[in-house]
Amino acid sequence: MTSIMVSRIRRQQIAQLIADGKRLDGRGPKDYRPIQIESGIIGKAEGSARVRLGKTEVMVGVKIDIGEPFSDRPNEGVLTTNAEFVPLASPEFEAGPPGEESMELARVVDRGIRESKAIELEKLCIIPGKKVFVIFVDVYVLNHDGNLIDASTLASIAALMNTKIFKYEIKDGEVEKKPGFSPLPLRDVPISVTFASINGILVVDPWLDEEEVMDARLTIAFSKDGRICAIQKGGSGTLSPQQIIEAAHIAKEKTEELREIVVKS
Amino acid sequence: MTEKIVLVNEDGIRTDGRKLSELRPIKLEVGILSNADGSAYIEQGKNKILAAVYGPREVHPRHMALPDRALLRCRYHMAPFSVEERKSPAPSRREVELSKVIREAFEPAIFLEKFPRTSIDLFIEVLQADGGTRCAGVTVASLALADAGIPMRDLIVACAAGKAGGHLVLDLNDIEDKEGEADIPVAYMPSFNAVSLLQMDGLLTIEEFQQAINLALEGCKQIYALQKEALKAKYQAIKESAEVTEEE
Repeated sequence: MTSIMVSRIRRQQIAQLIADGKRLDGRGPKDYRPIQIESGIIGKAEGSARVRLGKTEVMVGVKIDIGEPFSDRPNEGVLTTNAEFVPLASPEFEAGPPGEESMELARVVDRGIRESKAIELEKLCIIPGKKVFVIFVDVYVLNHDGNLIDASTLASIAALMNTKIFKYEIKDGEVEKKPGFSPLPLRDVPISVTFASINGILVVDPWLDEEEVMDARLTIAFSKDGRICAIQKGGSGTLSPQQIIEAAHIAKEKTEELREIVVKS
Repeated sequence: MTEKIVLVNEDGIRTDGRKLSELRPIKLEVGILSNADGSAYIEQGKNKILAAVYGPREVHPRHMALPDRALLRCRYHMAPFSVEERKSPAPSRREVELSKVIREAFEPAIFLEKFPRTSIDLFIEVLQADGGTRCAGVTVASLALADAGIPMRDLIVACAAGKAGGHLVLDLNDIEDKEGEADIPVAYMPSFNAVSLLQMDGLLTIEEFQQAINLALEGCKQIYALQKEALKAKYQAIKESAEVTEEE
């Protein structure tokens, strides 16, 4: 964390620019940084992707295992999302058990995928109540330059889109792998848009310097049919109800642009 | 699988007999624990939640102290017996996340800059859970902070709205939360028209979302009045007991 004085001066500079509709890195308030998506980069993983959002870099690996279903959903596969702030990604990150930031990141990414029902979990049942496919989505932050939520959501959905499930047969109640794969059944492509509110003005895709001075953060995820599927406010500031609705309309527009980039990748 | 549960019947009545935009019965009590600097208790429907505040006090461990303001720490925790299937007492990822968003909900309300190098520790214990515990937890924690005499810009009040059985509903209970279409917990500072906690899961159009937010804010305003009453009731009780002693 930068010292208090430096952050106050920086804050003034960033906030003044934003009040004029400009940003320190030359973007407009509704502009994302350049997005690069590479899919299928880890051969050992059933699905994978790396997303670069400006200098922020996130890798996601999807692994598939066989496990038990939840007792209240005996006919559905299980989705497990985890996020790792790898210490090589930032001087702020330390090795050790996951902190609240990484747990929040994992849960917000998970919420977008789960609530949009992006994965057809009901098609991932092997033996009802006993054996189902468990989908592990592991988010690996490689370089932190702000807006980890959007980068991680993009990388997760890109990775799920190239995820393949091994074929199997059931022998005496046991599941045996067979050669060959089929694609993971997906029905949606949830996309999140994150805002920083700085002196009451919203900008999308905050980079690290903006995150350090922002009052509040707001993430809104949309499903393919244009419905909101997840929201998370963060940061120790507040938002007015009008700002929230304004953000929802901007986010809807932006998710359509971002979804096209993911689908084409 | 059991057959689909009817969350709202054709008369617009919910599983617990409420109308669509009706809150559950709420009972609030202030100052109920003797050790804590401030404490409060809430019953909202079947939710039973205790909140306690310690501080401003010396920070442990000391290196966490902030030179320009108080360190606010928050723990939202569910008792193992608070839910149908025993919950492990170790903090779950959900509890860690909720502790974070609840802390962030209070940071804008408290004059933290008045107490540099100290900590204010806020504990929320869910004794029985029936949906909407983070909101009820925020509502009761706000009273505990006020009871501890911690200066705040406004009371924080929280309430959820969402969609269940095809209808927009206020203050979702457990079954509406689990089986319904969407849940939006909101924490609010009524005097500033400022939202300090906002989450959503489920699926809603922007129009539905906008209506649900307004519904949640209406709920917040109703609970806000109850919060103020509960705070006054504590001092009214002290005043009355003092008058009785004087007469003797």
